Amino acid sequence: MTAIREELRNAPPEKLVVEGVSKWFRTRRAVVHALDNVSLTIHEGEFVCLVGPSGCGKSTLLNIIAGLEIPDRGQVLADGKPVTGPGRERMMMFQESALFPWLDVIDNVMFGLKLKPNLKRKERREVAKYYLHLVGLEKFMAANIHELSGGMKQRVALARALAPNPRVLLMDEPFAALDALTREQLYGDIQRIWQERKKTIMFVTHNVREAACLGNRVVLFSPHPGRIQEKFEIDLPRPRDINSVDLAKYSTEIRDALMRHMNSDLAEVAG
Amino acid sequence: MRRAVVVIAFFVLLLGIWEALVRMRYWSPVLVPSPLSVASYIKAGLLSGDLERASFVTMRRLIIGYVLGLVFGLPLGLLTARFKFCEDTLGVIALGLQTLPSVCWVPLALLWFGQTEAAMLFVVVMGTLWSVVIATDNGVRTVPPIYARAARTMGSKQLHTWIKVIVPASLPFIVSGMKQGWAFAWRSLMAAEIYVTILSGFGLGSLLNYGRELQAMDQVIGIMLIIIVIGLLADKILFSPWERFLYRRWGTAKN
Repeated sequence: MTAIREELRNAPPEKLVVEGVSKWFRTRRAVVHALDNVSLTIHEGEFVCLVGPSGCGKSTLLNIIAGLEIPDRGQVLADGKPVTGPGRERMMMFQESALFPWLDVIDNVMFGLKLKPNLKRKERREVAKYYLHLVGLEKFMAANIHELSGGMKQRVALARALAPNPRVLLMDEPFAALDALTREQLYGDIQRIWQERKKTIMFVTHNVREAACLGNRVVLFSPHPGRIQEKFEIDLPRPRDINSVDLAKYSTEIRDALMRHMNSDLAEVAG
Repeated sequence: MRRAVVVIAFFVLLLGIWEALVRMRYWSPVLVPSPLSVASYIKAGLLSGDLERASFVTMRRLIIGYVLGLVFGLPLGLLTARFKFCEDTLGVIALGLQTLPSVCWVPLALLWFGQTEAAMLFVVVMGTLWSVVIATDNGVRTVPPIYARAARTMGSKQLHTWIKVIVPASLPFIVSGMKQGWAFAWRSLMAAEIYVTILSGFGLGSLLNYGRELQAMDQVIGIMLIIIVIGLLADKILFSPWERFLYRRWGTAKN
């Protein structure tokens, strides 16, 4: 049982440094400049939201931090060490749950745990149960994936991402496909889990209000090529309610900035 | 329960009409035997052990050939899906040979192996192999790339990703390919058994052919019924568990 206690101890959050990252995608027709000289520092345990219109390279940046893609220029440092490939220190969540339909709920959560050599089978189950409890789905341990609602799927995906005890959580529009009510519940959950489990979180979204609700900091991206335009500190107590008036002030400010950048972008194209 | 009653009533009625028409001498008994004489042939065949022996011979050929087809077909399908080189070479061959009705392998098999068990096995393997290769290849190609990405972030590497993610994710396709392979193998084996006499064992196909030579219509129809029953049983025993599993886990439609 001590192995489980050891396993469930919070892994210290990582500090991420993005240094001058540029990325181009070559398709048959054209070369797309996805990211242009992006630099960003994310502190240990910080919750950072990346916002911007679609196609601004925010997901690409997340993939690069995850190690799923390699930057053409620059590098990403995780606690001072360059990221060379994917690893369980940095777990990723996608817009689709990407849960495996051939496994039941608990086996999905255990998938990443099975790749940890120091745990016994029984201990893995206990750890998986703990995380399912954390997302409120302990009762659905033996359910099949197709039986879950969209919100439940994302909760399981969250449990699966948390289970290997990563130091960083990378979330790529994880709530974009959910209905508003389910989303609001998950905003509460993710804030609670972030405070409890002390992860560094990078959260990509195109929903400004969502970004203001969740992030300690909101980083605004503009497209063609993807660049960081502005950063906003969100200085509100937690847990935050997406419908609060204080939050609206921040989100209006960010949205205005976003519109400004998009318009200047359009003016550039037109001119 | 009501459905079962309807089904039973339907078949009893069908047999009744058949028997009645035969009794009325509507058809010549040489061409259409009565259901009772077919039943008595099957009973005699079972009691003497001839039918069991023939079924055993046929099933042995089928199962060994089918398993060989799977053992080679699955990895080859994975190779054609994974490597461009294999796709351009082996993949093209598989696609071409899959269009060849597998009974067309019989003459070649006889010339290569003579009238031996090996010839029969070869025909079954050829019937199974290509459709399994193509189904596996197809299955792997339709696996959403996000599964592999998710697995990689959890620390899964090359071979582990293939065994634990790509192969299970393509299971629905692989199972339907296995089913198609089974159907091809079964058909080609029957054709081969009717077509050639193999002295090492008389299968159901040979018995069916003797029925024709002896003009024993009760034997012909009796063997045909047994072939149908074996086909149905194979479907139930071999594939129903897989399909039930797929249905439960994936929520795919039952057929």
